[in-house]
This record gives sequence, structure tokens and C-alpha cells, in this order.
Amino acid sequence: MKRFLGFVKKEFLHIFRDFRTLIILFGIPTAQILIFGFVVSTDIKDAGVAFLDLSNDDVTQKISDKICSSGFFRREEDLHSYNDIDLVMKKGKARAVIVFGENFGRSLTGQGKASMIIITDGSEPNTATLITNYATAIVTDFNREYTGSGLSGAVLLQPEVRMFYNPGLKGHYMFVPGVITLIMILICALMTSITITREKEFGTMEVLLVSPLKPMQIILGKVTPYFLLSFINVIMILLLSYFVFDLPVKGSLALLLAESMLYILMSLSLGILISTVSRTMQQAIFISFLGLMLPTILLSGFIFPIENMPKVYDVVASIMPPRYFIVIIKNIMIKGTGFGFVWKETLILTLMTVLFIGLSVRNFKVRLE
Amino acid sequence: MKEVIRASGIGKKFGETQALKDIFFEVNEGEIFGFIGPDGAGKTTLFRIITTLLNPDEGEMTVLGLNTAGDFRELRKCIGYMPGRFSLYQDLSVEENLNFYATVFGTTVRENYALISDIYSHIEPFRKRLAGKLSGGMKQKLALSCALIHKPKLLVLDEPTTGVDAVSRAEFWEMLKKLRQHDITIVVSTPYMDEAMRCDRVALIQKGQLMLADRPQKIREGFGRKLFAVRAPQKYRLLEALRKYPLTETAYPFGDSVHVTIRNNIFDASLNEHLVRSGIENASITESEAGIEDRFLELMKNRI
Repeated sequence: MKRFLGFVKKEFLHIFRDFRTLIILFGIPTAQILIFGFVVSTDIKDAGVAFLDLSNDDVTQKISDKICSSGFFRREEDLHSYNDIDLVMKKGKARAVIVFGENFGRSLTGQGKASMIIITDGSEPNTATLITNYATAIVTDFNREYTGSGLSGAVLLQPEVRMFYNPGLKGHYMFVPGVITLIMILICALMTSITITREKEFGTMEVLLVSPLKPMQIILGKVTPYFLLSFINVIMILLLSYFVFDLPVKGSLALLLAESMLYILMSLSLGILISTVSRTMQQAIFISFLGLMLPTILLSGFIFPIENMPKVYDVVASIMPPRYFIVIIKNIMIKGTGFGFVWKETLILTLMTVLFIGLSVRNFKVRLE
Repeated sequence: MKEVIRASGIGKKFGETQALKDIFFEVNEGEIFGFIGPDGAGKTTLFRIITTLLNPDEGEMTVLGLNTAGDFRELRKCIGYMPGRFSLYQDLSVEENLNFYATVFGTTVRENYALISDIYSHIEPFRKRLAGKLSGGMKQKLALSCALIHKPKLLVLDEPTTGVDAVSRAEFWEMLKKLRQHDITIVVSTPYMDEAMRCDRVALIQKGQLMLADRPQKIREGFGRKLFAVRAPQKYRLLEALRKYPLTETAYPFGDSVHVTIRNNIFDASLNEHLVRSGIENASITESEAGIEDRFLELMKNRI
């Protein structure tokens, strides 16, 4: 036990002496959360819109006012002819142009329909779709108010869409759990695999091997400090997402932390496993990044739903640990469900952890060959 | 005398390369046993087999009565090993390194301080300094302290003096001599021939084969020929001229002279005439005692 503690102390010294390790450990997660949360936002806020109003009556005024007062759009420019549309789009000032046909108000009251065009910038399909959806929603809303006021007999049946759990369809709801999942596995696996291969590269492993330390003591000695620091990391990310993005944890916090510990342990043991098969730090970094980052982003359901993938990918995805953790964390954080809903995923992660540790101890070379 | 290491027919292959072949030797308790040989001779591989880091492909290595392949757990408690490369933690201080190795071996610095005090006292003033910032000689002393901290019965030092200045080298050998009082057997390798004389016994190793193991004095005496040391101001021209002399068998540069052996050991005036003809005058020719290196070169030549 004293040997083990001595080893842990040494690892802590390594971590605190190395500025880069600390940056990777604490700087990157913070930066990632902030970047994903603010920059890679899928919400629209203050998107520039230009209007080409060919009738200029009080109905079109009302509609354009409603659009601009929604907070999603900002009136950028009023155009006077169709020729201006291309120009204002090319300049990039307006992300959308809304065109009201001639005699808009009159034909709406008279014939019950009028022509309106929403033109968006298709070179950015995601934004374009979002803008169309938001604008359509506002117009539909207006439509309902307008018909509801009894001016016309045509009552349109409008489906009312409500988003459960994330009513505002906020991007952070998706990104915070995703980033925790991605960052934790990357950092844990990367850091542990590097610290072990570093001992191999610097020749210190040679001396450790010719000592009475057992493989399990070396492995646990490496894992313990990173386990503690990663756990602090998770708490830091959660605090950050709570205070910066107002993202609360709906379910039990204790359960979330417990599941995070399991996930960290799994990631650390994966890192150990990587280090037992790589000889150099470079190899370990390569495997950790390429072997973990891309599959985690693409196949964990973080960004792209697994259900929509071809069967083959589904099978590959099912061996990716992040896939299960993302289900767990989303359930607890956003839906607020209890352990009963995530026990299956928890069991799978536990089995994976046991498997990785078992393989690491077996693979750990007690000699130099 | 008790036997600490017994190697019986050790062989080791790395892929197609035969790193070691048919190695037999014994090391006795309390001895300083040196392995001399050029780079790539197989010294490090042999040391890794002794320290249980590698298993031999053939033969058996017994250290302190234990088999290195089977009883490695038990053995690792009583071996002190200093690898060829400086392999302490560069980002830990002198003190932290020493404490770490003490804990890992289940002891404390205080408990065995007496053993290392001679060596450690040199670097103790710098105990707060990071190991990576030490000079070559100090690094070597720290590494030796770390290897000794658990009072091993066998100390294995792989080229401990490589890359260390001459004064530190001399100091280092003095320290090894002192360690004998504590009943520590020392196995050491070096590429420097002059250090061979400081060992109790020396083994010459070349291309994975053990050529000879004996007391340094005996090895020198085994040189079967008369050896002449030829001195002249222009050493390179002298060497060339000596190699062109028809009766020369070997001519190797050696410090400030050239060591020459001549067919049938007969040295006559014709050599001097040859040198004068080659433009070298005032060459001094004396009969000389063979050193370890002469013997080593002789053995190498016979092998090829």
C-alpha cells in the first residue's frame, strides 16, 4: 500500500510539474464547452433579413414587424426591386429575403390567400432550413391570429408543435452532454496512454520493471490521479454549463456523478489498454485521437442519430462506449429519468470497464519484450 | 566463495540477429565483474537477461540462486539496476527521485542512508534541483544512489561512465570499490579499456560471444607475442609506414604511440631503415607490456 501511495504521489508531481498536462486536463474541456456552446450554436439570433414589399400595406407591415420583433430576425434593408435580392444576398448582409406579392392585403382579405416568398441562402443549408422554419412558424402564427380575429371564414387547422424536454430547441442541450462524453473519453484515454508510454520511451519503465512493483500497482497508480482530476473536471463542466448556459441537471445529481465516475474509469482503462499495445507516445496519441475522436463524434449519436445509419454502422457504433454514456447522460440531465431507465447502458459500460482492465493487466508486459 | 551469477549457455536472438550466443560465466560474491566490448557487442542484452528484463532463448541464467525466467518476482527485490540511458524522472527533484525509489522498494532513505551517504553527499546540496537539470556526473551519482537505496545484493550497471567526464569517472570507480565493504556484488559494463584494470575480473565480449573472462593482469599476460611501442612526431605517417613494412603483423594506434607486432617477434635494423626510407626519422622503438586493449584486438583478429 505504501508503494502504491508513493507511486500515486509521483504521478501527481508529474502532472503538476507539466504545464501542458494541466492545460490539456483543464483548459481544453473549458474551451470546448465554451466553443461548442457559443460558436457552434444551432439557434438563430438576430439573423439579418431584407424585405421586398411590393404592396406595402398594413398587413405586410404587420407581418414584417412581427418577424422582426421575434428576436430571431433583424430588419437589415428594405429592397425596391427583384434585382436587389441577388445583390443583398451576395453581400452577405441578409441571410434571407422575404418578398410580399402585389396587393397582398387585399387578396388576403378578398380571396383568403396571398403570395409571399421566403428566399434563403442555400450555400448554408443548415441555417437556411432553420430560417425557413422559424419564419414559417412566425407567419403561421400570424395567420392564426389573423383568421382568429374573424376577418375571414377560412379557419386553418394548424398543427401545434411542442418540444418536450428542450422547449426552446436549444443547442446546448445537445452539446453539453456530447462534449462531456467526447472530452472525457479523449482526455482520459489520451493522458493515461501517454503517461505509460512516456515511461517506456524515457527508459524509466525499465527501472520500474526491475522493482517489486506489480503490474496492477503500476496500472492503478497511473489511473488514480487521473481519475480524481477527471472527476473534478466533470464537476467543472457541469458548473460551467449551469452558470453559463443555464442548463440544469433535471435528474439526480448523485446518479449523474456516479455514472460519470464509471465512464471516467472506463475511459482510463481504455487508455491503459492503448498504452499496452503502443511502444511510443506518438503511437498512443495516434490511436487515442484517430481511434477514439472520429468514432465518438460520428458514431456515438452525439451529432448524427444512430437510427438513421446503415445497419453496418449501427453494429460498429454498438461497440463504442460513448454511445451508451450519451444515452445515460442525456436521460439524467435533460429528461430527468432515474436509474431504472439507464441500467442497461450502465451494465454495458461496467462490463466494458472490467474487460479493458482485464485485458490491460494481461497485456501488461512484465519484461521488455 | 559463493556464486552470485551463473550463466550456462545463454543465447538470445532478435529476429534474424543473434545477439548472444553460448555465453558461460560465473560471478562470485563481492566481486567487481566487468564486461568490456564495443557498442553492439551484446552487453546490454546480457544485462537485461541478468536483471530479468529479458528471457534467454537458450540456456539458463541463475542469479542469487534464483532462475531469472521463473523466479523473477523474488529476484526483483534484491537487484539494483542502472540502465545505460539516464532513466530517472527528469521532472522530479533529486530528493523526490530518491524517495520514490526508496518507497517502491519498500524502504526509506533514512534506513539505508549509510550505504549511499558517500555518493549522495556529493549531490545532496542540490537535492531540490530537478534531475533533468543536473550535470552528467551528478546524474550518474543520483542514478547510482537510486539503484542502491534498497541495499541490493547485486548491483548491475550498464555503461555507467559513458558520457561522463574523466574526473567523475575516476571518482565513480572509487565509489564502486568502497561498496565492496557492504558485500555488494557489482556487474559493470564499459566501452573504455582503461576501466577494465579496475575490475576484479573482466570478460571480453564481441559480436554476442564471450571471448575470455579472467583477471585483468592474466588477460594481459595472455598476450602471446612481443609488443613494440613505436613513437614518432607524425603519428599518422608513422602508422601508414608501419603498416607497409612487410614484416608487420599488426599495427594499432595506442595513445601517443603505435603498438606493433612483428612476424616471428624478430625486431632488427630493417624496421628502422624502412621508417627512414618512409621519411620518418628519430622514431623510438621500445618493447612494451601488452594492455587489455592489445589482447582484445588480438582476440578479435583471431576470430575473423
